[in-house]
Amino acid sequence: MDIGIVIIVIVIAVVLILIFAFVGIYNGLVKLRNQVKNAWAQIDVQLKRRFDLIPNLVETVKGYMKHERDTLEAVTRARTSVQTVANAGVGERSKAEGELGMALGRLFAVAEQYPDLKANQNFLALQEELTSTENKISFARQYYNDSVLTYNNKTQMFPSNIIAMMTGFKAGEFFEVTVPAEKEAPKVSFS
Amino acid sequence: MWEQISSNRTRSIVLVIIMGLLLLLLGYFLGIAFFDSGILGLILAIVVWIIMNLIAYFQGDNILLGMAKARKIEKEDYPRLYNIVEEMKLASGLEHMPTIYIIDDPASNAFATGRDPKQASVAVTTGLLQVLNRDELQGVIGHELSHVKNRDVLLMAMCSILLGTIVIIAYYASRFLIFGGVGNRRRSSSGGGSAQLIILIIGLVFMILAPIAAQFIYFAISRKREYLADASSALYTRYPEGLASALEKIASSTNQLKSANNATAPMYIINPFRKQGLRASDLTSTHPPISERIRILRSMAGGASYKDYNQAYQQIHKGSNVMPPSALGLTEPVPLRSAQTGTAQAGGAYESGRRERAREINDLLWKKDNYIMLDCSCGTRLKIPPEFKNAIVRCPHCGKVHQV
Repeated sequence: MDIGIVIIVIVIAVVLILIFAFVGIYNGLVKLRNQVKNAWAQIDVQLKRRFDLIPNLVETVKGYMKHERDTLEAVTRARTSVQTVANAGVGERSKAEGELGMALGRLFAVAEQYPDLKANQNFLALQEELTSTENKISFARQYYNDSVLTYNNKTQMFPSNIIAMMTGFKAGEFFEVTVPAEKEAPKVSFS
Repeated sequence: MWEQISSNRTRSIVLVIIMGLLLLLLGYFLGIAFFDSGILGLILAIVVWIIMNLIAYFQGDNILLGMAKARKIEKEDYPRLYNIVEEMKLASGLEHMPTIYIIDDPASNAFATGRDPKQASVAVTTGLLQVLNRDELQGVIGHELSHVKNRDVLLMAMCSILLGTIVIIAYYASRFLIFGGVGNRRRSSSGGGSAQLIILIIGLVFMILAPIAAQFIYFAISRKREYLADASSALYTRYPEGLASALEKIASSTNQLKSANNATAPMYIINPFRKQGLRASDLTSTHPPISERIRILRSMAGGASYKDYNQAYQQIHKGSNVMPPSALGLTEPVPLRSAQTGTAQAGGAYESGRRERAREINDLLWKKDNYIMLDCSCGTRLKIPPEFKNAIVRCPHCGKVHQV
């Protein structure tokens, strides 16, 4: 009789511990998933900002860089292709965004050869904004990827992987910048 | 990886608890010595401590910023600084943008404050802004924001309040002693004898030793947090050289910050009272010696993770850890990046020279004082004070007339 009570108490204790562990791990997973989502939102804000700044930059630079039309074209084209994949997955977007970053980098490299342009206050302000936005994208990406790593580890490691499987937590996707590094020369045709 | 810091926090909390016990013991023994009642002393000590905590919690950052004569700036005032703070905010994963302040002082220093990451502030001196390039400033801001992120600001505020309470109580107790409080007490209380004398002596010893012990603990905590903030800064920026060369530049500047005092010293990126030539590794320093911090950062050859920082620390400290190895756990290698300054690649920042920066910052200060800037076509920049009432002004250089 005494033994019966002891067993019942032990069973109840074990069940309670399991429930608490389940709730704790589940909440931890939700927290990490939200962190990943939030980190992605931060990248998104910066990508949007870069997208919005470009027309302004092209407008400012156009007058000075008459001989660099292909560089400017490349930026505009990259911007358009970013727009077309706006609703695609992380992988496709990161590729398009990476290309836009490269095109902008080339534009600023070329701008170094135009002293008049470098004296233009408007251009300098835009350059500060765009290069900083570029930094912000990479820092936000850094944090996003770290968050994804922590989250993925949690969904794959024992014992949280059991709960992740039961309640449908999917692994997060990394935001890699994989640019086909300037392999192809920009094909531009002016008509 | 981001929560690893939290396990290291326990050690700091233990030290805070020891400081708290020190306060209680001080209160208790002084209570016995002065009022014949340990409990009364205890209660008094706790009341003083709670009041100071409340003030610090609700007004602490304002007091600190006020003492440092810091002025708030917006993005339009100085986009470069604002952008760098925002970059580091993103890298650290802070959810709220800190408020930015500048201190008009030729000394190079910076600090962070705020009771929680939701309403943090960073303050930098104009001297620092002039001396550092973008990469270096990023390292310094990363260091400051990691104080916010790791909640060091709150921890250090708690410590400095405990320390302050202990110092205040010991100070007033000694005053009391000088003006004969104890003598009267002892004469009026009949009986006692040698037991009371012993307690009185213990009380006296505590009165003298408690502030000193509390200070040592405070400094020990502070130094530890500085190393951790350096490690976090390297991780955020992926570029330890930035902070290393910033520290080098800051260390070589000989200006002392006018608006710092003993209570606010641990908040700054380097000790504002350091003396040249003094080896600062002694126990009474709030900050680790700069040369050592630089050496650790520079020997992070493999990567920018906490593990790499810990390894570099071990090399210099013969095997002791700056973080518990258990907290380092599973980490992916974190590659370093190269310098941004001077390159015009994607992500490479436009960099102005030291002279341009000095001019930018001066203009910023003029504007903060409501001066109006007019650029004349001859290249002169007219700075018109707010008291100027005329509608037009003549350029002193070329004589051209401008509308104000």
